Amino acid sequence: MAIYSKEEARQILEKALSFSKAETCEINLSGSESGNIRYARNTVSTAGHRSNQSLVVTSSFGNKTGTATIDEFDDKSLEKVVRRAEELAQLSPENPEFMPPLGPQEYDESKTYSETTAKIKPEFRTQVAANSINPAKAQDVTAAGFLDDSYNFNAMINSNGLFAYNQDTNANFTVTMRTNDGTGSGWATRDVTDVSKLEAAEASKRAIDKALMSRKARAIEPGKYTVILEPSASETLLGNMISSFDARSADEGRSFMSKEGGGTKLGEKIVDERVHIYTDPLNSEVPSAPWNGSGQPLKKMDLIKDGVAKNLFYSRYWAKEKGVEAVPFPSNGIMAGGDASLEDMIKDTKRGILVTRLWYIRTVDPQTLLYTGLTRDGTFFIENGKIAYPIKNFRFNESPIIMLNNLETLGQQERVNGNLIPYMKIRDFTFTSLSDAV
Amino acid sequence: MKRRDFVQLAGLGAAGAMMIPSALMGKSISAEALLEPGMDIATKKMMSDVALNTAKSLGATYADARIGRYLNQYVFTREDKVQNVVNTESFGIGIRVIANGTWGFASTNDVSPDGIKKATNQAIAIAKANSKIQTEPVELAPVKGHGEVSWKTPIKKDFKDVPVSEKVDLLLRANAAAMENGASYVTTALFLVNEQKYFASTDGSYIDQDVHRIWPYMNVTAIGDGKFKSRQGLSAPMGMGYEYMDGLASEKIAGPQGTGLNLYRNSYDMVEDAIASAVQAKEMLTAKSVDPGKYDLVLEPNHLGLTIHESVGHPLELDRVLGYEANYAGTSFATLDKWKSGDFNYGSKLVNLVADKTQVGSLGAVGYDDEGVECKKWDLVREGILVNYQAIRDQVHMIDQNESHGCCYSQSWNDVQFQRMPNVSLESGKEKYSVDDMVSDVEKGIYIAGRGSYSIDQQRYNFQFGGTAFFEIKDGKITNQLNDVAYQSNTQEFWNSCSKICDKDDYRLMGSFFDGKGQPSQVSAVSHGSSTTRFDGVNVINTGRTI
Repeated sequence: MAIYSKEEARQILEKALSFSKAETCEINLSGSESGNIRYARNTVSTAGHRSNQSLVVTSSFGNKTGTATIDEFDDKSLEKVVRRAEELAQLSPENPEFMPPLGPQEYDESKTYSETTAKIKPEFRTQVAANSINPAKAQDVTAAGFLDDSYNFNAMINSNGLFAYNQDTNANFTVTMRTNDGTGSGWATRDVTDVSKLEAAEASKRAIDKALMSRKARAIEPGKYTVILEPSASETLLGNMISSFDARSADEGRSFMSKEGGGTKLGEKIVDERVHIYTDPLNSEVPSAPWNGSGQPLKKMDLIKDGVAKNLFYSRYWAKEKGVEAVPFPSNGIMAGGDASLEDMIKDTKRGILVTRLWYIRTVDPQTLLYTGLTRDGTFFIENGKIAYPIKNFRFNESPIIMLNNLETLGQQERVNGNLIPYMKIRDFTFTSLSDAV
Repeated sequence: MKRRDFVQLAGLGAAGAMMIPSALMGKSISAEALLEPGMDIATKKMMSDVALNTAKSLGATYADARIGRYLNQYVFTREDKVQNVVNTESFGIGIRVIANGTWGFASTNDVSPDGIKKATNQAIAIAKANSKIQTEPVELAPVKGHGEVSWKTPIKKDFKDVPVSEKVDLLLRANAAAMENGASYVTTALFLVNEQKYFASTDGSYIDQDVHRIWPYMNVTAIGDGKFKSRQGLSAPMGMGYEYMDGLASEKIAGPQGTGLNLYRNSYDMVEDAIASAVQAKEMLTAKSVDPGKYDLVLEPNHLGLTIHESVGHPLELDRVLGYEANYAGTSFATLDKWKSGDFNYGSKLVNLVADKTQVGSLGAVGYDDEGVECKKWDLVREGILVNYQAIRDQVHMIDQNESHGCCYSQSWNDVQFQRMPNVSLESGKEKYSVDDMVSDVEKGIYIAGRGSYSIDQQRYNFQFGGTAFFEIKDGKITNQLNDVAYQSNTQEFWNSCSKICDKDDYRLMGSFFDGKGQPSQVSAVSHGSSTTRFDGVNVINTGRTI
């Protein structure tokens, strides 16, 4: 078992730190037990289990640092890895951006661990696959899916008195259902901290329904359409946008957050005033780590509020250069939603497109945050408040900034990939060509 | 916003940070430790036999063992600073078995008889557990045992023998050259890889291989009037040693007249390219925005390689065609019925696309694949007709063939091997025809060099590509740089619009260093060769927007 308790981790870390002769020393210890099962063509294809542990020592003399890693934790190994990090530090080039380790910090109690997930057995994974394959077979549909679960711990200590520890569990499930005539495809994803809430069978059913509904799609002209984006359709675009909230790039003039003539758009309204995007590691739906790898506490924080950019991320070095507080990259993202259900949103739409997911998303122009990609696994035309018929997939070219300025309605939220995202109705979403892909 | 599987290397380009798969990082070691010899070959044979014998005694009908030592060195710089120097080593054994007609795999970094026995037991247990819901028992194409053999990438300079200071000096000289020529920012990096792989199987093969790869990366940014533009370097990742960085004049190819481009075959002049990148990035700030419409495209090999990769390499992977990748990368438009018809026009008659795991200098070249099959070259598309796929031992029977194509690969000892793309390349034109000849034959066109944005659907029909540098062609002449260019097409339509290919003097490789596939995702490195090629009447869109 690669998981250590808080006290076991502390003992190993304190022992390792006791060997340090460097000016500063920071040590991270982590371990993970993970398992997966993969199936396709209505049968299991691969399955595996992995156990990993690692201790990383970063030593520094002045602004020269060296890092060394080891996966054995007896006293001799710990001393060896500390000495090696010190040797590497002596040999390394000067790093003018080096920042000394933080002092002691206060962290919130995290909600990231579930015992049920930590105790998953291989039979559980086989059952998830069977519960997906059997209903597919019964409806002339072929299932392909992947379940990946993990139980992890992270701990750190440094020569300035900081100690941190956290355990987390995760399970991610994705499934693609394709009709055997090759004309319909549906997809669903679920991710949870507590695997007793996984609902993989329900996700499989939803994917089967979409596959059957999407058979024999019609082609409609590309152009600007009102769209209802399911949370998994917008999650990557929103994630990419937030990942680009880097203060240094913005200050350097090479970000969509840079302002002509210098400065940044921090504090300016950049999207519709109903948009509220924030991070909250203690949210019970999407709990995430309360500290990051350099020991900075992660707290609830607004990124966009009332459509205004509230925070950019400042590394500790850049914060020092600019004379501001460091702002760490968040461990989750939450976009506030509304009360409308998907059914309500469809009912309220005269003419529009329901999008299950967007795929193969790539940057086209970082200046405008323009992305391209395609719809996939369930794209439907909505007419007079009802799903009218399935349509062929589209390629889009769109910026999340333009998208969030064209916001019509915010719906209920769902967890996607550790983030909480609402259904969204957007007007004038730009589709540029048709795809024959099913 | 989760980045569990990737290590982010900040600062590599304004278009976003570069993500390196964390599985490739391994343990940090010193540069000197890279030079230490690994486990000797006799011990590797003995340890492999422990795995094979244990597997057989537990009822396996087949087993293979891969003992791998993976050494990486990565160097990152920006402007006048070294950001990071990373040396890593990863060592362990992966054991794959067939029991009850089902695959099982387990791996361990404990390469001792006890550790190996334990992992083999685990692999057998997984195979037996999964056999309960297995409906397609594994069928392996026959392979003869090769006995004890070895293979090595034919390198001239091992990166491990070159001091880190020499590498840092080169990158900082390139950075300085870019800054002196008008760049606002520049990032450069070197990715250096050595895979020391030992393979043994119950078929009687003991194969020792030493594989080398190199990728010099550069991104130059110019800023002006509230705009920023980036130009990437025109190097290609290669299956070569550090000699790729020599910048030999004999391996340089001039771009078409009027572009000012310097292009590189088997040797890269990073400082020269840094200067050109800075000059061109600055020019791009005021370049004309493209008028959307139909253009004849003249595509340079360092650009066309990625189009080949996405629109030919991936759709002809047999596991995609059969549905094994349906839940992740997708399936393929190139279905078995199209192949069986024998007359599916993948492209025009000029189009010959070959798969080749033996090409010298390529990223995919090895002597034997990761299931002990000797590597070879074969046709995928001949005179425009689809003639074959890429398949491995447990797949070829599904296309009525009895010989594996030898393209099985795993990114490390820690991951199970599966079908990966071989080098896939476009054959050169037979007649003497230069890039300048090609440009002079085009009335309304765009010359595109280098790789840019890329996106393609899950069955590989509809794609959109950008590039690094775009030049307008009017009445047979290059006139000016263009901005905001992307082309959209459909794979079959695009390859059927191929109207001319330059001759072999223009042939060179481009490559993809971190191509992702599978769940859990694994990367592989693969090259794509071509000469400059013309495609008629392709739809070009303007990607300029205002926010």
